[in-house]
Amino acid sequence: MKVELRVNQTLRVADVEERKTLLDTLREDFKLTGAHAGCEHGVCGACTVLVDGAPVRSCLMFACQADGYEITTIEGLAPAPGELSVIQDAFCETHGMQCGFCTPGMILSAHALLEREDSPTREDIVEAISGNICRCTGYGQIIEAVEFAADRLRKANTPRGIPAPHIGAPRIDPEAGHDAPEEGILEAAAADMPHGGKP
Amino acid sequence: MKPAPFRYVRPATLSEACAALAADEDARIIAGGQTLVPMLAMRLARPTTLVDISRLPGLSGIAREEDALVIGATTRQVLAERSALVASDLPLLAAALPWVGHPPTRNRGTVGGSCANADPSAEIPLVAVTLEAEMVIEDEGGPMPMPADDFFIGPMLTSVPPTGILTAVRFPVWDDARVGVAFHEISARKSDFAFVSAAAQVAIDEEGRCVKLALGIGGVGDRPVKLDVSRLVGTQLDAAAVADAVREATSVLEATSDLHASADYRRRVASVLGARAVSDALADAQVKGSGR
Repeated sequence: MKVELRVNQTLRVADVEERKTLLDTLREDFKLTGAHAGCEHGVCGACTVLVDGAPVRSCLMFACQADGYEITTIEGLAPAPGELSVIQDAFCETHGMQCGFCTPGMILSAHALLEREDSPTREDIVEAISGNICRCTGYGQIIEAVEFAADRLRKANTPRGIPAPHIGAPRIDPEAGHDAPEEGILEAAAADMPHGGKP
Repeated sequence: MKPAPFRYVRPATLSEACAALAADEDARIIAGGQTLVPMLAMRLARPTTLVDISRLPGLSGIAREEDALVIGATTRQVLAERSALVASDLPLLAAALPWVGHPPTRNRGTVGGSCANADPSAEIPLVAVTLEAEMVIEDEGGPMPMPADDFFIGPMLTSVPPTGILTAVRFPVWDDARVGVAFHEISARKSDFAFVSAAAQVAIDEEGRCVKLALGIGGVGDRPVKLDVSRLVGTQLDAAAVADAVREATSVLEATSDLHASADYRRRVASVLGARAVSDALADAQVKGSGR
């Protein structure tokens, strides 16, 4: 069946089987491979995306259920191709990741938390990422990363919210296409752009 | 980890939804899907039709009626968790909701879905049974109210007829001045299935005497149960008397044994957690009398 989904503020159309999860649709039809397929039955949190701003497991939702919602993947958080959001940058700064498999889900869960709570306690952070399993870090540095990001966002004194849509006048960085493989899986920051990140 | 093929329908009205269920005996209702979809992925369930009721008008929302708080079946758990009405009028549910799954599953999971799924260790059914909520089921013949105790009949089993749909849960509101609640749970890790959970709600008068008491235990047997501790009503809820009464009430519980916990362990923990829940609910009620 045909589904029309709003993903990272862009309307995307796919022809999918009813049983195809939102996760597989994002990865296979839209090449948004930042949502990771881990356990595929709702335990690990690697496939977390935001649905109307709230973290949700994309493996527990079918694409045909997802029309009408605003879906945000990790690719939709960066302000521009090749750049990082404040939270993404904080994860790099504090070594909040090792293998990186859980990182998109962690960052989206943290993003949703910091959108509604600008000074979360350590308990708030632990609760917010409690649905995301990390097998490398032991979580300490991830919590540190979210605390660090919260601090930076408070000091930045800028309005929160998902970055302005790329629709109309996409900001094209001519260098951004270089890392992308020629076909198939696209480089993360470029994948969501209509021209596939290629100048 | 890919579900078997199925047909997906999203009816526009409740009667269409009932008709869709009647048309295919292997049809299943989906709302939040937070338990059903893992079962589909593992192919423990293979419905041929999924009837999506999550966008049916009138099934989502929280409203205060005279003596009850009515929560629509497709109300997302997160909305109930953050609702000021639930916090003030239904504090036991507010105390239980943080134990339901974890934040991302509460963002999609629904209050009615958790009840209709009827997992013996689920928190919302325990609250419904403890407070003697009324489950509202819509069938071809119209709405049909049913006491929570009759609704849950076994593990993942309810009395909802094959073409019926749970549309709302009416939780009674205690309007006593001093009401206290407590919710406790033991599991392998937070957000995992409870081995034992205990929910208590206590109302006390000005002298601190217990005037109403509700205590429920989940996870122990094949469905949540309300314990008979009526002999504590009218007392000061002295800790030793509470422990005695709860031990006696839990000693006759039918308990399941599995890899995680034996039946004896479950009964013993039920006795301890139940008594602790009553004591903590009493302390909560006492605080409410002194300040505010």
